[in-house]
Amino acid sequence: MIKAIIEKDQYFDSVFLMLINSNVKELDGVKNAVVSMGTEMNIELLKDMGYATEDILQSTANDLLMVIEAENEEIIEAAVATVSDLLNKKKKKSSGKAYQPKSLQSAVKDDPDANMVIISLPGDFAAREAKSALNNGLNVMMFSDNVSVESEIELKELAWKKGLLMMGPDCGTAIINGYPLCFANVVSPGDIGVVAASGTGLQEVTSCIDTFGGGITQGIGTGGRDLKEPRIGGKMMLMGIEALKQDPKTKVIVVISKPPAQDVADTVLLALEKTGKPSVVHFIGQAPEKNRNNLNFAGNLEETAKIAVALSKDETYASTVFTIPQSEVQSIIERESQKISTDQKYLRGLYTGGTVADEAMILLEQITGPVYSNNQKKKELQLSDPFKSVGHTIVDLGDDIYTVGRPHPMIDPSTREERINIEADDNEMAVLLIDVVLGYGSHSDPAGAIIKSLKAARDKAKARGGYLPVIASVIGTKKDFQGYEATVATLESAGCVVMPSNYQASMLAVEIIKKGGTL
Amino acid sequence: MNVGKITSLFENDLNVINMGLESFSETLEEQGVQSTHVLWSPPAGGNAKLIDALDFLNSRKEGIDKANEKALEIIQKGKPEIVDIQIAIDVIPGMTAKTVLHAGPPVTWDNMCGPMKGAVIGGLIFEGLAASRVEAEKMAASGEIFFDPCHHHSTVGPMAGIVTASMPVWVMKNGVYGNSAYATLNEGLGKVLRYGAFSEEVITKLHWMKDELAPILKKALDLHGPVDMKNLIAQVLQMGDEGHNRNRAGTSLFIREMAPHLVMLDENRETLAEVFNFMHLNDHFFLNLTMPACKCIIDAARDIKNSSLIVTQARNGTEYGIQVSGLGDQWFTGPASKVDGLYLPGYTADDAGLDIGDSTITETVGIGGFAMAAAPAIVKFVGGTPEDAMKFTLDMYEITLGENNIFQIPSLDFRGTPTGIDLLKIAETGIYPVINTGIAHKDPGVGMVGAGLVKPPVNCFDEALIKFTETFK
Repeated sequence: MIKAIIEKDQYFDSVFLMLINSNVKELDGVKNAVVSMGTEMNIELLKDMGYATEDILQSTANDLLMVIEAENEEIIEAAVATVSDLLNKKKKKSSGKAYQPKSLQSAVKDDPDANMVIISLPGDFAAREAKSALNNGLNVMMFSDNVSVESEIELKELAWKKGLLMMGPDCGTAIINGYPLCFANVVSPGDIGVVAASGTGLQEVTSCIDTFGGGITQGIGTGGRDLKEPRIGGKMMLMGIEALKQDPKTKVIVVISKPPAQDVADTVLLALEKTGKPSVVHFIGQAPEKNRNNLNFAGNLEETAKIAVALSKDETYASTVFTIPQSEVQSIIERESQKISTDQKYLRGLYTGGTVADEAMILLEQITGPVYSNNQKKKELQLSDPFKSVGHTIVDLGDDIYTVGRPHPMIDPSTREERINIEADDNEMAVLLIDVVLGYGSHSDPAGAIIKSLKAARDKAKARGGYLPVIASVIGTKKDFQGYEATVATLESAGCVVMPSNYQASMLAVEIIKKGGTL
Repeated sequence: MNVGKITSLFENDLNVINMGLESFSETLEEQGVQSTHVLWSPPAGGNAKLIDALDFLNSRKEGIDKANEKALEIIQKGKPEIVDIQIAIDVIPGMTAKTVLHAGPPVTWDNMCGPMKGAVIGGLIFEGLAASRVEAEKMAASGEIFFDPCHHHSTVGPMAGIVTASMPVWVMKNGVYGNSAYATLNEGLGKVLRYGAFSEEVITKLHWMKDELAPILKKALDLHGPVDMKNLIAQVLQMGDEGHNRNRAGTSLFIREMAPHLVMLDENRETLAEVFNFMHLNDHFFLNLTMPACKCIIDAARDIKNSSLIVTQARNGTEYGIQVSGLGDQWFTGPASKVDGLYLPGYTADDAGLDIGDSTITETVGIGGFAMAAAPAIVKFVGGTPEDAMKFTLDMYEITLGENNIFQIPSLDFRGTPTGIDLLKIAETGIYPVINTGIAHKDPGVGMVGAGLVKPPVNCFDEALIKFTETFK
């Protein structure tokens, strides 16, 4: 039986509702549950599912919709009670607080010293509020995606005119004045300023900088399209570079991006040269150019951090693959490759961070040959069924195809847990490569949430007469609230090998496959 | 390249406004960063057509802001004074012997709700135009009577708001803008005309008010001279009234104002005692003064081109309606809502009539529901907690043009009350004017059954917004 409940004028954000959704679906006897706001899109979805009653069709984006399908009345009532409970907790939390403004205008009035607006609203509304924020003279960090290129152009032109940051859309990471915003790590203060067109790229580089003893002034995000889309032309990247140039605390400037449009790359590099400050550039997946003037080119994210720290400390940089002693590396490779069976041929990477997934994919491709991925640019290497790995496969589980109706896997690890369980039954898997992202925004125990499935996968391989090496890298610092060491210990307790960076983890995985004789 | 605001961000403390995921704000607070989380909801309920309208109007912001500044200035400067008591037909523009004024937007006899019909019946009997309920109903239905909203005649009436030709009315004059406003004298609680009662005791009281009360108060007023209502309202807000549903301080203050002059009149002591007692036993006596005072203030801000100020919100028990400064005399109406409230002993929600009365004029100039934070005790009357009362007022700052320069709220550190309801801000935030109100029995002849809070119908604001947009095209 099906029950539909509509609560008028009760707005909740969608990520919160998605978490409720997954909680309710897990209840025994619940066949299906939808808890969402009455937006046009959600109503369409309910229609497709055959749940759209007359009342639901009449509801608005301010109305909370709850549809539960279960075996009997009792289960439905229990499910409704669970939902109400979770909603009430949220309401209670805000009712204890001092007055919370209900619009940007009144927030600005209440706090005239505000200088940054973080926007994680649904895409349709995000651009509208961002425009209003910029017009109020406020810097913007826009976490929201699903914002059109046209809107992004308009917003960035406005920000350009007003001399304001317009980070994003789809900007998940920034560090401003030492404070991590949204998905970011607690990094030591220092003299390195970063502008990045990639969220996990920024997380990986700033975390590595911290690990190598350096520190950060600012970490500015631009959103992924800033350099890729010629009509945007790297506007925010250029403004970020200029701001870091003028910032007396910034000694070294780091620029990270996926390969930009050529014109844009030229403009950005020229601007960087003009700063006169020692700079590091890494275009992910692009071979480093020859260093010139103050520009240093890095070949991977970790190296980007290494060079930046060397410049910051006036040291020289020497290129190495592994930062742990070579003998130790050799013994790990020995140990992990020994028991791999002959059936086990392929590397599988299950990532929550998009940029680190790309980094692994591109690195591996140069060594192992074709790598399939949902992030592949090469058409023939795109996964025909994104839920099924073939050959060497690197999956970015943060992709929209995997997150329909559920939060990003950095928040909700169950997406990856499920994928590990599927992958575990594939006897062709030779090495499993994963990232574990710490920091604000991420799950409180991302390692703990997947070790059960990692152990099970290793046990299954063993039962088949083989062995499954799991190579992990933890993106984060010792100051992150999840605990860096505790995370490493958790992973190691499940038999994982934990490497200091994604680059080293990827390289180790390759070495193990080579040694295991399957390459 | 200008990056001034970015470098200044680097040099100052990070201070964040967060819209969306609350956890982003919480983690910043944990780190000691000042962060304000906005309790955001989709503008205009997510309605694409209305959002387009808002975006279009945003492109005309300058002109609208200017018009609204002017409108707010008129409200702030307005100076309503009680100058006289007169008979309706002698002063109210357009009043005739067979005119019956009523609360809210226009409504025909057929469509009138129970309490309003009851009050019409009482009014016709009072005027001697009918001798019984049956006769009155027949006359009302005959077309012989001209029904018209009080608002069309610079007048306001609480609940049913019935005003007939020979009723005495307060005459309020705006000392700065010269316009006048009118309202009857408040009859008290219980079985009263404004709640739809029309029994003999109701009619008898109306006659006493006309023949004894009004002439005596008029004489005392002559001795006193004009009474500055803005000053009085400012005082009552600091004494725990909000000027709409709590008028205990206001009534007391008014008696104090009049007493020295009343006792100097050449009237016998019993009659004077009756006058004093009548006011003393009716906490709402002052309501019929705040209402025309507010009407007098806001009427001066009508017909300002491009202004999105709401100059009227009124209900007739069948419909709720608003008028907007930049849209002239056009009403935008929607079905009257059910009141969510507390009931007098013996009554339940089943007895309740729908939302009714012109008293919501008080909210248009920043008192009443908008000043509930000044009157925490009001929750005993309309329900809720003192904390709710505070939140209602704080919410109203989201949809108003400014803060009152005279009306202040002590508990908010004497912050001016939220003043000047803005149609555009309502659409943008989805926050609607808070209305606290009395509840009349749904049937004619019974009277008051309770009081509570009510949400206005949304469609009239939406329609007004679209119409407002058209005036620019």
